[in-house]
Order: sequence, then C-alpha cells, then structure tokens
Amino acid sequence: MKIKEKIIELVLKFFASITILTTVGIIVVLLFESIAFFKSVSILDFLTDTQWTPLYSEKHFGILALVSGTFLTAAIAIAVALPIGLTIAIYLNMYAPKSFRKVLKPFLEILAAIPTVVYGFFALTIVTPFLQTIYPDLETFNSLSAGIVMGIMIIPFISSLSEDALHAVPKSLKLASFGMGATRFQTAFKVMVPAASSGIIVSIILAISRAIGETMIVAIAAGQQPQLTLDPTVPVQTITSYIVQVSMGDAPQGSIEYKTIFAAGLTLFLFTFILNSISFYIKKKYQEKYE
Amino acid sequence: MAKEIEITMENIKSTKIDSPEIVDESTQQNASRIETKGVKVWYDDFMAIKGIDMVIKPNTITAFIGPSGCGKSTFLRLFNRMNDYVEGFKMEGKIKIDGDNIYKKKVNVEQLRKEIGMVFQKPNPFPKSIFDNVAYGLQIQGIKDKKLINERVEKALKQADLWEEVKDNLKKSALALSGGQQQRLCIARTLAVQPSILLMDEPTSALDPISTAKIEELIHHLKEEYTIIIVTHNMQQASRISDYTAFFYLGELIEYDKTRKIFTNPEKKQTENYITGRFG
Repeated sequence: MKIKEKIIELVLKFFASITILTTVGIIVVLLFESIAFFKSVSILDFLTDTQWTPLYSEKHFGILALVSGTFLTAAIAIAVALPIGLTIAIYLNMYAPKSFRKVLKPFLEILAAIPTVVYGFFALTIVTPFLQTIYPDLETFNSLSAGIVMGIMIIPFISSLSEDALHAVPKSLKLASFGMGATRFQTAFKVMVPAASSGIIVSIILAISRAIGETMIVAIAAGQQPQLTLDPTVPVQTITSYIVQVSMGDAPQGSIEYKTIFAAGLTLFLFTFILNSISFYIKKKYQEKYE
Repeated sequence: MAKEIEITMENIKSTKIDSPEIVDESTQQNASRIETKGVKVWYDDFMAIKGIDMVIKPNTITAFIGPSGCGKSTFLRLFNRMNDYVEGFKMEGKIKIDGDNIYKKKVNVEQLRKEIGMVFQKPNPFPKSIFDNVAYGLQIQGIKDKKLINERVEKALKQADLWEEVKDNLKKSALALSGGQQQRLCIARTLAVQPSILLMDEPTSALDPISTAKIEELIHHLKEEYTIIIVTHNMQQASRISDYTAFFYLGELIEYDKTRKIFTNPEKKQTENYITGRFG
C-alpha cells in the first residue's frame, strides 16, 4: 500500500514539474539563442536603431520598429476594450437584474472563445473595407482595424475580471452609499470603482498582456511592414507577426535571420513577464484589504 | 428554550396595539414623524412583516427589539427604502413620513435618504480618507463650496464625538481607525448630510463595551435634533437609551409602549418572556 501511495505521489509530482521545466526550458532556449544573436548585433543598435530589416540585404536590427507596431495595436485595442469592458462590468454589477446577468456573462465569454484567425479575416475583409468608406486613405493593411478587432476580442478579459473585482467589494459599502442618498451611478463611480480599482487595474494589465501577445489578428490584418510610426492607417508589423513571418519562411537554422526571432521573442516575453508580475504584485498587495 | 415560548395564535393575531396615548396624538400632524398602516412585506413567498400599524413621535428614541428573524430590521429598512435592493421584496400598506407616503411612485428615493440617515450593524466606512468619508454625502449632492464642506465635516465629527481623536489626521485612511472609531465615523458621515431621522441597525453589536457606551451617550445627545430608531439585541441598551420600545415577534408588532412600561410592566406575556431572557 505504502509503495503504491509513493508511486502515485511521484507521478503527480512529475506532471506538476513538467510545467515548470517547460517554462525554464523555453527561457533557457530564448536566452541562449538571443545571446548568440547579440554576439553579432550590438544591444545598443538593437535598442536604438529605428529600422528593422533583417530579411533585406541591407540589414537593420532596431527592435523599436516592431515594438511600436506592437504597442500601437495594443493601445488601440485597449482604447476599444477598456471603456466597453468597464461599462459592461458596471452595468452587470450595478444595474442588470440577476436573470439577465446570467445570460450576458457567458455570451461575453464566447467573444474570447472565437478563434483569433476568424477575428483576423473579420478585420481584413469586413472592418477595413467599412472603415475605408469613412476614411478612404486607410490602407488595406493597417493597425487601426487590427487594433479595433483585437479590442473586441479582449472585452471579456476586462469585463469579466472587472466584474469579479466589483463583486468582491463588500456589499455594505454599496448599501452605505445608497443609504446616503447616492444614485446607482454615483455609487458606481465614487465608491465601487475606486474600491475595486486594484482588481480593475489587474484586468487591464492582463488584457494588455493578451493584446501584446496576440498574433493571428495582427499577422493577417496589420500588415508585414515594420516601421516606427504612430500612424494607425498604415501597415505595421508587431513582434508576434514578425516571428510568424520568419518561422514560416525559409530562414536557415543558425543564420542571423533565424536568431532574430529569438531576440524578438525574448523582448516580447520580457514585456508580458513584466506586465504579469505587476498584476501579480497588485493582486497580492491589495486582495486582503477588506478582510 | 423552545418549550418556554408561550405565544398563542390568539396573541399573534392581535397586532394592533392599543396605545391610546400615541394614537390620539397622531391625529395632530406634528406629533407623528413616521406612521405605518397595514404594512406587510414578503421576500418571495416568505412573509416577513405581517401587517404592522405604528406611529413614531418626533425627537424620540424608539428601540426595536425581538429575536433574530422577527422582522425588526426589515421593518426599519422600510423607512429609507433599503429593502428595494433585496431581490424578491414585495410590500403592501402605507408608510408616511411627515405625512407623505414614501412608497408612492413619484417619490425621489435619493432625496428621501438624505432626510433619513442610516447607520449599519457593522462599521462600513468607505476605503477613503476620514475627511472624504464624512464629505461623501455632501459631494454627491453636488456641493462644491470647500468652506461649507469643511465646516460640515468638522461639525459632524464633533457631533459624533470623534473630532478630538482625528482632527490632526483627517487625511488618514478610515480603514486605519478602530472599530468603535469607524462606527462613530459612519455616524458622522450620516450626520453630515443633516438628516432629521436616524435609523440605526444594531449599531453597537460589533463593538466593545467602551465604544458601545460612547455611542449610546452620543445617541442620547442626538435625540434633541433627531428622531432616532434603533434596532438592538441588547435589552439593557434598549432600556438605557430609548423612550419607546417596540417588541417584534415573527413579523408582528407584539407590544409598543413607553420603554419604562415595557420593561417594568409589559402587557403581553411574550414581551415579558423575551425581555427577561426566557427566550430569543
């Protein structure tokens, strides 16, 4: 019996450690290949050059061109998702009857379940042509429609997590505010949102993290032209879509083109790692405020 | 315990309280601040209040007593319509405050609640500074005049006997205060809006004896300006601070009279049983 218990424990431990080993493995590979990359390209060039042209004959390795595309699309996505997501969260928490809430929440979460490739061609074939009827100079590939569609995709991240945060605010605060003669609107914005702010911030950070890491939508709809720009109407390239482009191309293993994707991947990982750490820290620091 | 409950069906049915002194005065407008007629409350299918008529006089302290689940808190929350947020809440009957039925369709509930302040069982300060907590009610009314807000905050904190303890730390988070201080802060927050009726739902049940004594003293002083209704499980508290006491049982108002009368010579057997601690 005892041996059986031991074996079971070992098996469980093994599977649990797989996740840790995988993470460590990925980080190690990223680091090693990136170090190899930085042997041929100086970190200074990598961080300050404004052009990213590793696939051309005249090579530049300025990651800023990809970072700007990444953050431009993510910023547009957040600009769409934050007001809508937060409005939905407040509506669900403060106004919606329970029965409607039960229907709306799963519906919202379907948005996150739609395959991103569907969002991608939705952006390219429907949103972009529609935006072109309003603004004819909009190019076929642009960060605007990719960002908007990505924003729609991440609405549930913000609405669901923010609603959870609002829900966690003690009911007594809501009642105290109502008892003072506050309207639902005043209660929502003067008591509930400030009291839930840490959870709402976490939801926004996770949504940004998701937007930065999103690949398919931007690869399809935002274009493949790395450029340092804040113009949402022109094609850009994000870190993720660059990695797709090279991975699917025929960059020979060990070549400098091949190594760039690890450096780009490491950069991306750093961003999402920092964002997730911030949200982890906020969660830890504020979660027990009311207990 | 249960075998000592001596409540007959006959007694339960007779909820109309024969208290000629009170009923007579209610015919004069000024003599009643709150008047209820045939009030019944349901939560879904559960009938929580089974028809209560009651008159509460101005500048008095009325204590609501009774065992848990007897409907006293539900009844209290009718006066500022806080039950409106409870799912499945239904109500019948009339509640008049200063002569106006507060359950009419056109009633401005927010306005009503500025007139009728409420203090809750557990201290529930907002996660804001001490100052912002007390100023909250003024800010939501759109008052921008800083001088006026400062004055009102100071006055309310003084009324709640908290000013001396916090005057140098008004920017400090209210959550850093002790439980007793938090409850006095909640009272100050309510007073800052200058209501004329105060509803207190077991305001000292979560506090230590010293904080409780402070709040009781405070309630005693507030009587001059306010009509106060306090729900309490503490018999001594009811007898110490209130002018009138109402005993509730199973959604009925069993007995309602001057506190002295209730505690020395109650009319009904079950009132006596309850206040002497034989059940509840």
